[in-house]
Amino acid sequence: MIWSRHSFLSRQHADRWLAPALGIPAVGAALILLLVLAFLLREAMPLLNSRESIGFLTDPGWYPLEGQFGMLPMVAASLAAGLGAVVLAGPLGLASAIFLNFLAPPAFARIYRMMVALLAGIPSVVFGLWGLTVLVPLIARWQPPGASLLAAILVLALMILPTIALTSTSALAAVPKSLLHGAAALGLTQYGMILRVAVPAARGGILNGILLAGARALGETMAVLMVAGNVVQYPSGLFDPVRVLTANIALEMAYATGMHRAGLFTSGLLLMGVVVLLAWLGVRSTRGVQYV
Amino acid sequence: MHSFKQMRRLAVATAVFFLSMAAQAAGDRLTITGSSTVAPLAAEIARRFEQKNPGVRIDVQTGGSSRGLADARSGLADIGMASRSLKADEKDLKPHTIAMDGIGIILHKTNSIRVLSDDQIKAIYRGRIKNWKEVGGKDMAITVVNKAEGRSTLELFLLYTELKNSDIKAQVVIGDNQQGIKSVAANPGAIGYVSIGSAEYEEAHATPIRLIPLRGVAATVVHVRDGKFPLSRPLNLVTKGVPVGLSKRFVDFATSGAVNDLVEAQFFVPPTR
Repeated sequence: MIWSRHSFLSRQHADRWLAPALGIPAVGAALILLLVLAFLLREAMPLLNSRESIGFLTDPGWYPLEGQFGMLPMVAASLAAGLGAVVLAGPLGLASAIFLNFLAPPAFARIYRMMVALLAGIPSVVFGLWGLTVLVPLIARWQPPGASLLAAILVLALMILPTIALTSTSALAAVPKSLLHGAAALGLTQYGMILRVAVPAARGGILNGILLAGARALGETMAVLMVAGNVVQYPSGLFDPVRVLTANIALEMAYATGMHRAGLFTSGLLLMGVVVLLAWLGVRSTRGVQYV
Repeated sequence: MHSFKQMRRLAVATAVFFLSMAAQAAGDRLTITGSSTVAPLAAEIARRFEQKNPGVRIDVQTGGSSRGLADARSGLADIGMASRSLKADEKDLKPHTIAMDGIGIILHKTNSIRVLSDDQIKAIYRGRIKNWKEVGGKDMAITVVNKAEGRSTLELFLLYTELKNSDIKAQVVIGDNQQGIKSVAANPGAIGYVSIGSAEYEEAHATPIRLIPLRGVAATVVHVRDGKFPLSRPLNLVTKGVPVGLSKRFVDFATSGAVNDLVEAQFFVPPTR
């Protein structure tokens, strides 16, 4: 009798606090993002306000102590490394998701899923160390110096593979069974059912997962710093050493002062701009997708 | 449970505490400015000095060796920091060496090259020599390992080779010494430069790298300490004339053996004391 007063049908005391109790942290999280942006802008101001102003886009090279702040080669390197990793890890992740959902024996699928989740938990610095001591010497034997865009792409692909595999698996698992039953009833082959029905129905979730993974690849720092070679130049081949925006900040922040420091904050701002742009493109491309 | 009276007593005590701290700070404050190479070490030494002398506050600011010398001369700072020895026209200032900074050229252990001249090193770093066979080694591409901008190791290397950073054509750019050592150890054709202290340690612990001599002087911590190694420099605290009072106490502390562990932790070499 007492419990009936707390029924969810009647708006009672406790429920009145629900919206503000959840709303305040939610708004707070959004505010912190704005604060970070404002902070980046404030710290980058000395450079943006100076004679250099758009020098970070027009200067030919990155020699901050000699007054050159060109960052576009690093933007290109970031995009090339991120794109390469997605191109490599996307199909692999999707393939393993399809295998897990439709083809693998249940016991095997369970163990496999556990291993993928474990792969997702490996810290990036471990990937970097492995890349530096195993992958780079291997590539160096073939195409010196070894530390290169290719090494960065391979390490990043390994790192984002579990994200893509796990998100694609849940997207495929969420495809309504009625669609699959319908496909089976129409006499489609398993191949047709998976590639023509399940994957198109789950493409929203799959694309979102790939986007998330791509953003992680762009933001990854330590592993790339250790294997990419960090020479500021436009990547003209897979074996060229490159420097990504995040690595630029991590490499030089500890010893940077004045304009040099402002330049590093500008590269942070630039990176944030690139990520926002990609997220916007991603939202646009997945708009109007049904089911999942 | 806490009565109002207790709270008030606590507040008064706190106020008195802060006031006394402020009063002390006004008398026992030391400002140190100058070289960004010396600053991290000076800050560590200052922290330990503050712990041993409660009430003393030491403010360490960076701005380059020239600012350190100018501030020490003008009295804007009590002590200046300079990452070089003083020139002939700076005799009005008094240097106190707190550490020696030395960097060594390292190659992979399997590289047959034992000696490189200054000109060869310069040509390699400018990208004019691209293969080890051009300096008498195996037919193998050279991988030039350079430091990231802002590092004192890079600054000293540029000073020694009289190059600008934009002259250097590197294949790998690294951050700290450990990454440099790992990069060279992982690539048989690599050449790099790192703090001698860390390189000597790694070479002795079976990392496949080799320190090569410069101008006929072996790259060892001993030769950095006595100043014989060419690619080395003293890290100095600078005072206007003979220091007195708190400045003297800090300089004495910073040049004593009590800070040797701090010096070594930053891969510098304690000077002969």
